[in-house]
Amino acid sequence: MLREIGVASIDDLFVDIPEKIRLKRPLKLPQAMSELEVKRHMKAMLAKNKPFTQMLSFLGGGAWSHYIPSHVRALTQRSEFVTSYTPYQPEVSQGMLQTLFEYQSMVAELVELDVVNASMYDWASALGEAALMCARITHRKRFLIPKLISPGRRATLQTYAVGPGLEVAEIGYDRKTGQLDLSQIRAQLKKDTAGVYVENPSYLGFLETQVEEIANAVHKAGALFVVGVNPISLGLLKAPGDYGADIVVGEGQPLGNPVSFGGPCLGIFACRSEMKLVRQMPGRLIGMTTTLDGGKRGYCMALATREQYIRREQATSNICTNNSLCAVAAAFYLASLGPQGLRKVAERCAANASYAMKKLNAIHGLETPIFDAPHFNEFSLNCDDTHMSIEKLNSKLLKRGIQGGIPLRGEFPELGETGLLCTTELHSRECIDHLAKTLKEIVGGKR
Amino acid sequence: MNYQQARWAEPLIFELSKLGRAWPPPSEKLLKSVNIPKKLLRRRLELPEVSEPQVVRHYTRLSQMNWGVDSGFYPLGSCTMKYNPKICEELAGLETVACIHPHQSEDTVQGALELMYKLEKYLAEIAGVSRVTLHPSAGAHGEFLGMHIIRAYHRFKEEGQRTEVIVPDSAHGTNFASAAMAGFNVVVVPSDVRGRVDLDALKNAVSDRTAALMLTNPNTLGLFEDQILEITDIFHSAGGILYHDGANLNGIMGKTRPGDMGFDIVHYNLHKTFSTPHGGGGPGSGPIGVTRELERFLPVPVVEYDQKHNRYYLDYDRPDSIGKINGFYGNFGVLVKAYAYILLMGADGLTEAAETATLNANYIMRKLLGVKGYELKFDSERPCKHEVAFSAEPLKRETGVTVRDIAKRLLDYGVHAPTYYFPPIVPEVLMIEPTETEPKEELDHFVDALKAIVEEARSRPEKLRTAPHATAIGRLDEVKASREPVLSWRMHRRLKG
Repeated sequence: MLREIGVASIDDLFVDIPEKIRLKRPLKLPQAMSELEVKRHMKAMLAKNKPFTQMLSFLGGGAWSHYIPSHVRALTQRSEFVTSYTPYQPEVSQGMLQTLFEYQSMVAELVELDVVNASMYDWASALGEAALMCARITHRKRFLIPKLISPGRRATLQTYAVGPGLEVAEIGYDRKTGQLDLSQIRAQLKKDTAGVYVENPSYLGFLETQVEEIANAVHKAGALFVVGVNPISLGLLKAPGDYGADIVVGEGQPLGNPVSFGGPCLGIFACRSEMKLVRQMPGRLIGMTTTLDGGKRGYCMALATREQYIRREQATSNICTNNSLCAVAAAFYLASLGPQGLRKVAERCAANASYAMKKLNAIHGLETPIFDAPHFNEFSLNCDDTHMSIEKLNSKLLKRGIQGGIPLRGEFPELGETGLLCTTELHSRECIDHLAKTLKEIVGGKR
Repeated sequence: MNYQQARWAEPLIFELSKLGRAWPPPSEKLLKSVNIPKKLLRRRLELPEVSEPQVVRHYTRLSQMNWGVDSGFYPLGSCTMKYNPKICEELAGLETVACIHPHQSEDTVQGALELMYKLEKYLAEIAGVSRVTLHPSAGAHGEFLGMHIIRAYHRFKEEGQRTEVIVPDSAHGTNFASAAMAGFNVVVVPSDVRGRVDLDALKNAVSDRTAALMLTNPNTLGLFEDQILEITDIFHSAGGILYHDGANLNGIMGKTRPGDMGFDIVHYNLHKTFSTPHGGGGPGSGPIGVTRELERFLPVPVVEYDQKHNRYYLDYDRPDSIGKINGFYGNFGVLVKAYAYILLMGADGLTEAAETATLNANYIMRKLLGVKGYELKFDSERPCKHEVAFSAEPLKRETGVTVRDIAKRLLDYGVHAPTYYFPPIVPEVLMIEPTETEPKEELDHFVDALKAIVEEARSRPEKLRTAPHATAIGRLDEVKASREPVLSWRMHRRLKG
């Protein structure tokens, strides 16, 4: 090949690199290992992790462990999907395109909105993009969020808000019920607000019961209503599209994707089909079309003039690589469970949480939930009366093989020694009984 | 030419389903226990209702109508579609990877933190930077983070008036969009007759408003910016930051390093250079590396190592950090694959990858240079790096056949089309990146196909204008897809009335 090219050595192909910056030593990296050596080495390193399959874990907070059916895994590993690029050539990429169209269609049913994009990186970045989209549509610069929101999502939103100079303001909540303060929302809306963001279920697991009133107030003020969801909850709960959401974002990871230390995730992004909104959407959209002769149905990328590779600095977002394969897994998951299956999972999640709250609340010194409101599958647990910090409680649990809830005091000091716990369909009654028994031993006594 | 893609008449999963089964309200027992008011419950959910075998057959058939690196040659320019070792997938699927939670106690995720810490170190050595963060989920996400670090740096130095980011006209679309999204004004500089950044234009564009230059090197024409030291000099003396778009790192790994060229921020596309698969559009991973001076602005948390206690931990106490760009710590599942890839290749293997990728691109360049119909618009005398951008303008002038027709016809030859119509500075461009994992036979087949297409353009152009013929479906009406958008099954049903 060198002869064909007309050079004497490989080095002749690098003569355009100035002498001064040529690397004249080998990279300081380990020497190559065989496949077997890599496998042994990495398995040993990773064995220092303790997966939640080997202990009892009650962690949620935006990354949730659910059962992934074996065939969903198997299909997601098909190399035709795994090793493909963005479907720029639709004629040889119908498989990926139709699957993504089906993902969009199934999530559209779940949220009851017509338009869903082919994925964002995660919930947090999807929220950031939603705020920017509200600002582009309304030409306003304020975005309201609940005070009780995951710190990761809030920090991400704040980074996204910097570019266009968006002001992110917080809405307070009722100390007893956790519900958003409607009068605060109304007062804030007067100040030229682009959008209002509500999470349902909230970060602390309770449901926001006044969503319709909030939607009305937001729309009356000419702002957009953005709702954040855990999609599993929509097997049971009313869809945001049915209570006035203009944009829905959420974390699609629980739909057939492993937790994987928090990534890759699946940012859900949906909106109403009004073109004023759709044209301002970030990300890739797959559309149904026909062959040029009109004879056959097919799928291709649509409305690409919103995207960076065509519109450059005028694009609605810079996103290019997204999390398509996670969306594909979500499509396999939703198609496999169907409406009845998803509902069973959602019911089991909620029933487990309600059982856990009842059991734990009976333990002297513990209070759960701290808010008087209906909950889905996550709940707050306060241990102020035990005179133990939540971290201390967690470390005692961990010594007994249980991973407790996420400590909240750092972000929300007003909640005291409180943790955020989660149950899914993976938790049996025995698991929850074991948690209750262990907590009772730790804090001692009975109410 | 004897390629034929599978051609299943596969309906939508919704059409395989018997919709509209009853959706009775949850049982009173459940309602009583969960205490959720009825007004908050959903009344219907129109997901498909199909059996497990139906699901498996449907998506297996769809997969057979999808082209991947495992199907064949995928010379998509600037995308580095190299072979993805299967062991990397296996390792990412381990329970000790897939089943760990981001909020787990640090003591129970020491393996994950160690892997991230070491991967950061390896990547830092490869690009010649001081510190790496693994947070960004994709190249564009890395660019976005880089722009925020640049903003923070200039604020820190009390030079907030620096609001302009300079981008060459040959740059990836994401560069413009990332800078704009982070609140910068984009200033475009032209390329010179050699296909490199026009140095005089660059000097004129630089001022005390300049925040940064975003540069891809090798650039999207596959050419090394050989005046790079002059460029970095111009920028550093003007107080600007140099950002390296690492999409094309595969052509120079182990041969030269962006840090040594004078770049302050570098992003890596693990889903290109480090062989993690692209998954039909992601998930990827776009870590960035920075100079020592910029470390303080990296997003939280940062992975640190406590030597005394031999313990890895997450550090959130970083007062100058720009904050966060995603919910957790990046695409860990992807990081595991990249880490495995680096170990498999080793120092020599990575350098050899860059050499072979460059060899393969130069081979294609030399083979195509003699073919009438294609030409190089820039600098055919010097070697290219990992990719080469040919123009099919001569063929269009002669036969009216467009580069799109060529690309579509290539599919019939069992080859994925190169990138075309990008970079926009070359008319009728075919941007070809063969990567190091293709054998010579595959490169020859590709060159032969491009030659055969020239003959076809002359003898039977209609065959090209109506191509592809051997794919799952014929050429699609992409204009209609955007003019009359149908973006979901429910939208389709509603529009059909």
